Parts: sequence; structure tokens; C-alpha cells
Amino acid sequence: MNELVPPKPKTIDLVNASLAKRRASERLFRGIGLISIMMALMFLFMLFYSIVSKGYTAFRQTHIQLEVNFDQQLLDPAATRHHDVLSSADYSSLVKASLSKLFPDVTSRNEKRQLHGLVSAGAAYQLRDMVMADPALLGQTLQLWVPADDDVDMLIKGHIDRDGPETERRLRDVQIAWLDQLAAQEKLSLKFNMLFFANGDSREPELAGIWGALMGSIYTLLVTLLLSFPMGVATAVYLEEFAPKSKWVDLIEVNINNLAAVPSIIFGLLGLAVFINFMSFPRSAPLVGGLVLAFMTLPTIIIASRGALKSVPPSIREAALGVGASKMQTVYFHVLPLATPGMLTGTIIGMARALGETAPLLMIGMVAFIVDIPSDIFDPATALPVQIYLWADSPERAFVERTSAAIIVLLGFLFVMNALAIILRKKFERRW
Amino acid sequence: MANTVNMSQYNEQAERRKQERRKQGKMRLSTATVTRDNRETIGNVTVPDYRIRCTDINVFYGDKHAIRNITLDIGRHEIIAMIGPSGCGKSTFLRCLNRMNDTIENCRVTGKIMMDNQDINDKSIDVVPLRAKVGMVFQKPNPFPKSVYENIAFGPRIHGLAKDKVELDEIVVTSLKRAGLWEEVKDRLDQPGTSLSGGQQQRLCIARTIAVNPEVILMDEPCSALDPIATTKIEELMDQLCADYSIVIVTHSMQQAARVSHRTAYFHLGDLIEVGATEQIFTKPVHQLTEDYITGRFG
Repeated sequence: MNELVPPKPKTIDLVNASLAKRRASERLFRGIGLISIMMALMFLFMLFYSIVSKGYTAFRQTHIQLEVNFDQQLLDPAATRHHDVLSSADYSSLVKASLSKLFPDVTSRNEKRQLHGLVSAGAAYQLRDMVMADPALLGQTLQLWVPADDDVDMLIKGHIDRDGPETERRLRDVQIAWLDQLAAQEKLSLKFNMLFFANGDSREPELAGIWGALMGSIYTLLVTLLLSFPMGVATAVYLEEFAPKSKWVDLIEVNINNLAAVPSIIFGLLGLAVFINFMSFPRSAPLVGGLVLAFMTLPTIIIASRGALKSVPPSIREAALGVGASKMQTVYFHVLPLATPGMLTGTIIGMARALGETAPLLMIGMVAFIVDIPSDIFDPATALPVQIYLWADSPERAFVERTSAAIIVLLGFLFVMNALAIILRKKFERRW
Repeated sequence: MANTVNMSQYNEQAERRKQERRKQGKMRLSTATVTRDNRETIGNVTVPDYRIRCTDINVFYGDKHAIRNITLDIGRHEIIAMIGPSGCGKSTFLRCLNRMNDTIENCRVTGKIMMDNQDINDKSIDVVPLRAKVGMVFQKPNPFPKSVYENIAFGPRIHGLAKDKVELDEIVVTSLKRAGLWEEVKDRLDQPGTSLSGGQQQRLCIARTIAVNPEVILMDEPCSALDPIATTKIEELMDQLCADYSIVIVTHSMQQAARVSHRTAYFHLGDLIEVGATEQIFTKPVHQLTEDYITGRFG
């Protein structure tokens, strides 16, 4: 009868016994988390290091100082100062004359061609632009810094091995000797590469710039934003606040979620078929690019906006309805302001994805070689990621650093967009 | 649906267990088990000078019959309290009076709710003017996350009650004064309404409701989240307000019902069990359920 029942263990003993195990699993979890973060940071650092270390040299460009005589006889013999005459004059002769003045002993035709090859074709454009802007320059002699050829640039930056066999490099021994002379006279120098930020694309690496692609991206994103943000928000508000629950709404919802997962190149094909072939919109234009990217971004914005609307507490809606606000007033004055930060986040995520998108733009012809800077959404243009793709594909050594520099610009653009998003969020965020 | 069936079975079982406990114990239980049949409303549901007359109100949430055949008048300048255990349908009934149930999916309300010779339960009635006439104060203080001023000004502004800024200012000040909040917030009208204390927030919500100058105010457990001092303030406020408004208050506190209301309605599992003058309900309840509830024997 009087069986000996083992005493029930105290709770605190049980707790103490399990503590070590609990702490161990906590440590393990923290360790795994820490390792993940370290790995992510390491990859990020490697990415940045490889891009920046390759790209930073592109922001400086070798320039050669020339004494240029704006010869009236050569440029405008009749002294008309007429626009067409000045524009079509032979400015490269000026450059050649200046070079010959620097190296008077170079006479043979072959050597002369090699000498002229030291200076970029862009030098002549630079002189023309100067004269067009100020015709009074005619007859004057100026000391000017003009861009050097990309091979010279590569040599100065150390990307060409000057001690290797002559047949395996793009610069002859004699050219290197001239450059050494120029350097000794301090007529050779690395200067900030303005052209990279001011020019469109070019076959000549030293003249190739990012501005055209940047403007193309800005116009494209502008179209995307103007289309997808209002449409996305309106769709989300309708589905979340107004639509009665029905099979149709469920169907729409499923389809929107599916659209978010459609590969972007499909949207490009759609744009090609609908906007270019059927509606005859201009090829390669930011308008079409923006439309296509808007399609691609819409699902992201709609899903994020619906999430933001869902997270607004229903008590706010009840409060507004309770004082007799109509549904529209409730949404406009109370729900939307509270959902704005979340909607903006979704929009920025969508826009950032659109900024980095290449595949659909290839389908609608924004991959073309375009030198001119687009001035509106109907001009042919390319976009930053496409420009990066094009340059990465180019054989010249100088395009390697430009590719990385373009990536830096793209990342900078992205950074500015995200900063803007954070500022806007902070501005619209309210305390509950 | 299986879920609701289980719930009701569960409720019935719980009810039976309670009854058995009482029989075994020394508690007095004079009547037999209460069934559906003897749940006809006891007491006079009508008043001669009514503001709202509800006839045969039924509310369904999907298949669940939440309240059954309720007929009740809301008088002018009276405070009527709705009491009853949780889930008895008193809040649901309250929300019928300004059509707040419209916002709930699957909710269906049948019956007639006459106000100013209109059936406000009719689908063709515009809820915007109705809710301007029948204001509501919610259980949890829910000020807009905007300034104190904007909280009050929103209603008058959307209804166009003020011609200009001066009039709007005046409405805001009077509403805050009538809600007894003016002295506490007059220096911080531009601060967020959410920065006030719980009791102040609830009075802000009352001020927001009376800023629209409604004719009926519905209060859904307005003091359940407040301390006794804030509760007292709001009860005093209701006392003053009933000179101009009809007030319908749902409350879990029987003391509160006894203190503030003129008439009391006792709800039980979707039925209106008993209605009467507050004094009579609390001193001489007729129905067994009412008596059990107010004496704290269940609920």
C-alpha cells in the first residue's frame, strides 16, 4: 500500500538541466547567422573591389598638350564666319600641324601616320566645338590639352607591356619614344575624364561616354514610373478596398502573382509584338522600353501596395467611416497616407529591378549602337545595363575599364534611388 | 461551418455543466433550464417618442444566426445600455444602427430600422448621411494618426459643416470643450492625437463624433480600455450629452449601465431577453437569465 513514490523533481532543477542545451542551440544559431552575414559581406566586398579596382582608372584620361594655331587660311579662307563653313572645316589638319610642330624631324609618310595616331580623333571635334562656340578664336594660337588615343592611354595606365616584343603591342617603339619625349616636356598628363560623362557611345574607347546611356535609362525609368506607379497603386487600392470578394478577384490576384514570376524577356517579346510591330511605335525608343518595363514592374508594385494597404489597421477605416466619410474619402485621407511608405518601398524595388533589366530591352532594339544623346522619349537610346553589356563585348582593352566604370555609375544611380526611397519613407512615415 | 456547429455544441455542453454544478451546490435555482421557447423578450420594447424603431432584426454571419428577431425602440434624449455576456450580439445590434455591419464580409441584416420615416436598413439608403446622423465611438480609442485638430476637423470638413477656417476652428474648440478635453489639449492641438493618454484619446474620439453634430451616438464599450478616473469623466460626459443626443451604449460593466443609463436591455446568445427601466432591471429583473447575469451568477 505504502509504495514509495519517487519525489517529483522540482521545476527549477529541470530548467537548470536543460539550460546548457538551450544555450548551445542559441550559440549555434547566432554563429550560423554571423557566418551568413560575413559571407554576404565578403562577396559584396569582392564585387565592389573588382569593379572599383578595374573601373576607377576610367575616370581619368591621358591628355596631350598641343600648341594649336587656329589657322584662318585653312579653316575659313573667305572669312565668311558662316556656320556651315566652320562646321565642315578640316580641323584634323590643325591637330596634325601641331603635332608636326612638336616633332619636326618626323617626315616619312608612315611615321607621320603613327605620330598622328597618338592623338584621339576626338581632338578635332574638340577644336571644332571651340571654334563654333567662339569664332573669334580664328587666327589665335592656344596651348590646349586634347585627349590621347586609347592605346596611349592604356600604355600610360600600365595596361600595355612596354617592354614586350614590338609585334605584340599596339604601339610601335617609335611611338613610345615620342610619348616619353612628351612626358619629359610635361606635355602628357592624366586629367579628369570629362568626355566619359558628357559623350554618348563611340567606337573609339577614349571618346565613349556614359551620358547617352544614362539619359536613356532616365527617360525609360521616367516612363516606367509614370505608368506603373499610378496604375499599380490604383489596382492595389481597388482590389484591396473596393472590389467585392468574388471568384473574378481571386483569378485576377492569382494572375498578378504569376505575372511577377514571368521571365523579363517574355515582356520584351510582348513589347516587340504589340508596341513595335502592331502599334508601330519607334524602335529603340525609351517610350517602348518604359512601357515594357512598366509591365514588368506592375506586379511588384501591386503586390507591395496591397501588402501596405493590408497592414493599415482596420480601426482607422472604421473611425473614418464612423464619422460618415465615404469609402473614397476614407481611403484617400486615412488609408493611403499610412500605406504610402510601404507602397514607395515596393515601387523603388520595382524601379531598381527595371533599372538593371537588360533582356527585354534587347528585344525592342535598345541594344543598337547609338552615338547621339537622346533628348526625349522618342529618340533612339540605349540604357545603362545594355551599355555595360555592349562595352563588355568590345575587343579594345580600354573598354574593360569603361565597362567597370559604367557599372560604378549604374550602382551610383541605384544608390541615389534607394537613398531617395529612404528619405521619402521617413517623410511619410507616421507614428501610430 | 462544422466549426460553428461544434461551437454551439460546446456552448450547450458548457451550459449543462454549469446547470449541474448549480444543482449540486447550494445555489438557488428557481426555474427549469431555459430553452429557446421561453426567450421571448420581456418588458416593454417600445417607447412613445422613439428616435429609432427596430423591428424583427436578424443578423447572420454567413450561416451563423448572430441575433434573432430583435425589436427595440431607442428613445429621444435617453441613454440605453446593452448588457449581456460576451458574444451575445449586443455589439452586432449596435452596428446595425449605423450600418457598420456593411463593412463585414458575409454579414446579412434583415428587418426594419425606422429612423425619420426611413428604413435605414434598406440597401438603397446612402450610408454617408446616415453615419453623419448616427455617430459611433469604438471600444478601442482609434484617433487618426494626425494632429488633435485634424482629428476633430475631419468630419466637419468632409460634410462641409464649416464655411471657413474660423467656423472650423470654432467647431473644433466647442467639440473639445464638450468632450471635456479642451483644457488638457488646448496647447497641443498640432500634436498627434495618438500621443494622448488612453482616456484622452477616447474623449478625443467622442469629440470627433460630436463635431459632426449627430443625433444618435453609439458607444461600443467605450470605457473598457480605461481606468476608473477616465471612465468617470466619460460617464459624466454622457450624462451631459444626453440632453441633446440619444445614446446607445454597450457595456460589460453592470455598474456602469446602472450608473448612466435610463433603460437597459439584456441580451443573451443573440436574443433580447429583457428590456426595462434601468432601476427595474437591476432591482426587480423578471427573467431568470437577467437575474442570473446581474447577480453575477454567470457570464
